[in-house]
Amino acid sequence: MTPDPTAPLLSVDDLVVQYHRPGAPPTRAVAGVSLQVRAGEVVGLVGESGCGKSTLARAVCGLTALAEGRITYDGTPVRPLRVRRRELALTGIQMVFQDPYGSLNPRRRVGSQIADGIRTAAGRGESAAELTTPEDLLTRVGLPASAAERYPQEFSGGQRQRIAIARALGARPRLLVGDEPISALDASAQLQVATLMRSLAVESGAGLLFISHDLSVVRLIADRIAVMYLGRIVETGPTAEVWADPRHPYTRALLAAVPKPDGAGVLPAELPGDVPDPADPPSGCRFHPRCPQAFDGCDREEPQLIAGGVACRLYAA
Amino acid sequence: MTDGDTVDVLRISGLTLDLGGARILGGVDLALQPGRIHGLAGESGSGKTMTGLATLGLLPPGARTGGRIELEGTDLLTLTPRQLAVLRGRSVSMVFQDPSTSLHPMLSIGHQLTDHLRHHLKLNRKAAKERAVDLLTQVRIPNPREALGRYPHQFSGGMRQRIAIAIALACEPKVLIADEPTTALDVTVQAGVLRLLRGLCDDLGLAVLLVTHDLGVMSAIADEVSVMRHGLVVETGPRGRVLTEPQHEYTRQLLDALPGRSTV
Ligand SMILES: Nc1ncnc2c1ncn2[C@@H]1O[C@H](COP(=O)(O)OP(=O)(O)OP(=O)(O)O)[C@@H](O)[C@H]1O
Ligand SMILES: Nc1ncnc2c1ncn2[C@@H]1O[C@H](COP(=O)(O)OP(=O)(O)OP(=O)(O)O)[C@@H](O)[C@H]1O
Ligand SMILES: [Mg+2]
Ligand SMILES: [Mg+2]
Repeated sequence: MTPDPTAPLLSVDDLVVQYHRPGAPPTRAVAGVSLQVRAGEVVGLVGESGCGKSTLARAVCGLTALAEGRITYDGTPVRPLRVRRRELALTGIQMVFQDPYGSLNPRRRVGSQIADGIRTAAGRGESAAELTTPEDLLTRVGLPASAAERYPQEFSGGQRQRIAIARALGARPRLLVGDEPISALDASAQLQVATLMRSLAVESGAGLLFISHDLSVVRLIADRIAVMYLGRIVETGPTAEVWADPRHPYTRALLAAVPKPDGAGVLPAELPGDVPDPADPPSGCRFHPRCPQAFDGCDREEPQLIAGGVACRLYAA
Repeated sequence: MTDGDTVDVLRISGLTLDLGGARILGGVDLALQPGRIHGLAGESGSGKTMTGLATLGLLPPGARTGGRIELEGTDLLTLTPRQLAVLRGRSVSMVFQDPSTSLHPMLSIGHQLTDHLRHHLKLNRKAAKERAVDLLTQVRIPNPREALGRYPHQFSGGMRQRIAIAIALACEPKVLIADEPTTALDVTVQAGVLRLLRGLCDDLGLAVLLVTHDLGVMSAIADEVSVMRHGLVVETGPRGRVLTEPQHEYTRQLLDALPGRSTV
């Protein structure tokens, strides 16, 4: 019950995930990623659309085959599961999918789908006293208890996201992977649900891997942030530090492109150059063709993530 | 295209909607002008998506509507399903909040884009393909020529969203209803899509209803802003005014909820 507090709950080591298509080279959507999430820790994962965040998330949940590397959850290797039943221990990992439409069953009432989550927790031997009801979970995510009686398609986009979160929370996960879980919520609901997810992690000692393009939300709830670009992590560190002093040129571009709600009508800056194809990544540093600070050698040498938390030749020792 | 005086290309007035015994919209008023972007924010569940779906005649079965939705003078609520189908995609198109709604899972991206172009614009196969490549480039899909042969599930969430935008723009509609078109995009790719929309408004006189909960996006690109709550528009005004001097209590709450809000 009390694992070694120093061992990470989730450890991803040198992970490579590929997609194969006939007649084309494999796409290395995740091209050598290492990442840890500790119990009670919230890790924010951000990066360009198509850089491999969802692929990484699916691999962590055992939903995709690994080409190389290793994923361990609570000391157990995570393997992709062909069989219908997931190993009992792995039900401690829950994922909120990027697409709340696809992940909810349109033919079943919301309440019974959330009850499935609760049953999962019971199946792991969580004591009944700690289990909640679907109605209680719905109210915690800001929906009326009566929502339990309705079907998913009767809800708006943001409401469906909250239903998906309620279902995941019902399973009392020890590791929650949220893939853009609150992207459709308005600012005040985002604040409420993000805080709820964070308190779940902090209070029950669960880990939370939180994927989001919304940097202001990540800043609010993540202890640590990992920035991904084209299948690799380019920078990682405590959220406040990365926010105050972004070092990788991609992280800088990202932070500079957050539009400000000041009413001024200023269009944020775009990254120059073409969005690269992971099937045919640039040589050397994958960011070099679009990097404003690239210099001689960036097109040849691939920088590794150094102890300081940045993979960029500007910071090479 | 217009010289400042307001010619409404789309005017929604007193739109009501009842669904399953509940009142969803309680009299919505909105107007769109060519070349301008009208931002629509509001509480989750307030009726933003339903307003868009009503305009395209795509409401769920059993929906009862009242009021008017006029496209250049024609009340869309009085048209037959067949007449609406002719307008959809051609004059008015929509980027759906759920991109899987706009993409057929079993057909390649190229098939979906070129079918649309050949049907509505009567382009030949080759011209349609060139236009499809051009559209995918505009929404920043890497390797667009190769992407035409792929299926929706082979793209990331944000890529599917951008492909849906390309399809909606394919036939150069007069009015685009974009329901959270950048929610699945990181901020740099989002910047590209916002610039694309702005450019289409400025160059082609496209009128856009942009549904977004992101007030930063709103601030970057909207000319007018409306805010909805409980099936009603509670505030409408020029972007700068609504975001800096909100008149309605709910708009103020939304602005106050912003983490790290840059005070003006
Ligand atoms: N098929 C349906 N049957 C009954 N009620 C529905 C149906 N679809 C949506 N609703 C209700 O209509 C209201 C308006 O929904 P709509 O999708 O327009 O909200 P929205 O403003 O787009 O919200 P969000 O920002 O969360 O997407 C919601 O309260 C929702 O519960
Ligand atoms: N089933 C698949 N077959 C082939 N390629 C795929 C498949 N799924 C994803 N890809 C490709 O892998 C890359 C990474 O996709 P992924 O969904 O992990 O990105 P993401 O970071 O989650 O992006 P987003 O922010 O847009 O959701 C993309 O280039 C995508 O086109
Ligand atoms: Mg994704
Ligand atoms: Mg909606």
